Amino acid sequence: QGQFVLLRDTRTDGSFLVHHFLSFYLRAGCKVCFVALLQSFSHYSIVAQKLGVSLAAAKERGQLVFLEGLKSCLDLLFGEEEQPGQPSPLQFLSGSCSDLRALFDFVRVSLAPAEGDSWKGPVLLVDDLSVLLSLGAAPVAVLDFIHYCRVSVCCHMKGNIVVLVHSNEDSEDEENELVVNSLCHHSDLILWAEGLATGFCKDVHGQIKIIKRLSLRQAAGQDLVQTYQYKIQDRNVTFFARGLSSAVL
Amino acid sequence: LPAPLLDDSYGKELGDETAAKSEDFQDSMKIAWRYQNLPKMEASPTTHTKFGHYYDVSKKMSPQLCQSVKWHSFYLHEELSLEPKMKAWNMNSGYARLLQSIQRIISQEGFDGSDPQKKQRNVLRIGIQSLGSLLWGDDVCCSDTPEDPHSLTKFLYVLRGLLRKSLSACIITVPAHLIQNKAIMGRVTNLSDMVVGLESFIGSERETNPLYKDYHGLVHVHQIPRLNSLICDVSDTKDLAFRLKRKQFTIERLHLPPDLSDTVSRASKQDLAGSAKLLSSGCGAMAIGKRHLDF
Repeated sequence: QGQFVLLRDTRTDGSFLVHHFLSFYLRAGCKVCFVALLQSFSHYSIVAQKLGVSLAAAKERGQLVFLEGLKSCLDLLFGEEEQPGQPSPLQFLSGSCSDLRALFDFVRVSLAPAEGDSWKGPVLLVDDLSVLLSLGAAPVAVLDFIHYCRVSVCCHMKGNIVVLVHSNEDSEDEENELVVNSLCHHSDLILWAEGLATGFCKDVHGQIKIIKRLSLRQAAGQDLVQTYQYKIQDRNVTFFARGLSSAVL
Repeated sequence: LPAPLLDDSYGKELGDETAAKSEDFQDSMKIAWRYQNLPKMEASPTTHTKFGHYYDVSKKMSPQLCQSVKWHSFYLHEELSLEPKMKAWNMNSGYARLLQSIQRIISQEGFDGSDPQKKQRNVLRIGIQSLGSLLWGDDVCCSDTPEDPHSLTKFLYVLRGLLRKSLSACIITVPAHLIQNKAIMGRVTNLSDMVVGLESFIGSERETNPLYKDYHGLVHVHQIPRLNSLICDVSDTKDLAFRLKRKQFTIERLHLPPDLSDTVSRASKQDLAGSAKLLSSGCGAMAIGKRHLDF
């Protein structure tokens, strides 16, 4: 409860982790607010189907609130004048404000417990945070947004937050690295998917480091780091100890 | 004359159709020869059975062929100024006008399915040339700290939205060799579905490298689309090179030529190994090797 999980990928695509958490929390009966900035609803829906979850059904029964960033952006830029009571969550795009307050309000309202709700714990899922920087949000604004979400979702509502960011030391993208490093410090759990240092391999798609930040909660605690390698399949991801891929054994 | 410009450029593609539109015939050949290896669908009737796959770089496309196809063009300097009723977009005005033009065509021609009267059986192919260059009013190619570093990425995001909600595909060329800011190129890559880079040997030390003597340049596949699925379709070969002849542009697997000389000196072996190191860069979606395994 009240956990902040950071999904991080370097030199590879960590979106399989997002798909996993989405179907995991929906199956567990949590109320999920999914801020999907880079892909369409149908993309997630088709993958979720393979993982055994129907996003459309979850939306219909009110378990899933899905913000499709691309659609929201188009509505903002090409749509009619917005109603005063319903500002667009991506309002910062039009330049009228420089912070992500509208996005936070959207999240807060979506996850606020409603009458007759029987869901276990709210969850905020974001794919992916690095896009906000590409859209002109300042790193400080992004960090503020996350901070407000943590207070609201993790502390008040005792829910969890899962956020995906891309990072790459070679990228020279200082703004992004700033956001990622800051989030790392405040995360309870970090799942870091990395491409193999030796290059592409058909049987081992990458390596994942699981970092349990015990040092956050305990004064003298040490972070627990576990490393596995993985291979992504059509409906599944298999994990195995380093060097013990089934192709090798 | 459309002399082939063998310069570094990144291409972008959403979908598997290529573009067929540009403002004048000369440009259509320039774009076409680079991407003719991709399958092309054509609405207008044609008698040439291998249509879309081979181009003669020394000739222009015939006017009759161009006129038989329905196409739209967008030439920034001829466009009228922004319609006053459009809201402020907080983006380079050239990009904003282009987006409005694309959106107008999508909705008027029924590519977004909004008008049940207009049933579209075709895909709208969009081609955008030299995005990010001065021609679009963006200084990201001239300066390490551009005036508006977010215009290009915002443009790509909105374009992505338009493409996702309509029956269209887009291919874009970006003069990557001019963009000094690595961070922006990284963001552009993340906002694209597919990223392919063409690297010419002209003017580089590789021109005289015996490894590359049959080819004109390298093809780097930086990213492939991972859509509607957990997995993506990665090919086994990562090392591709291209060769341009008058009527054909081919992309082939690059392989080391057999070492047939009697006196194989250490120096030459190291040269080839050095080049081979550059070959092993993997696909960005999967992994990029930082270190080469030396034997």
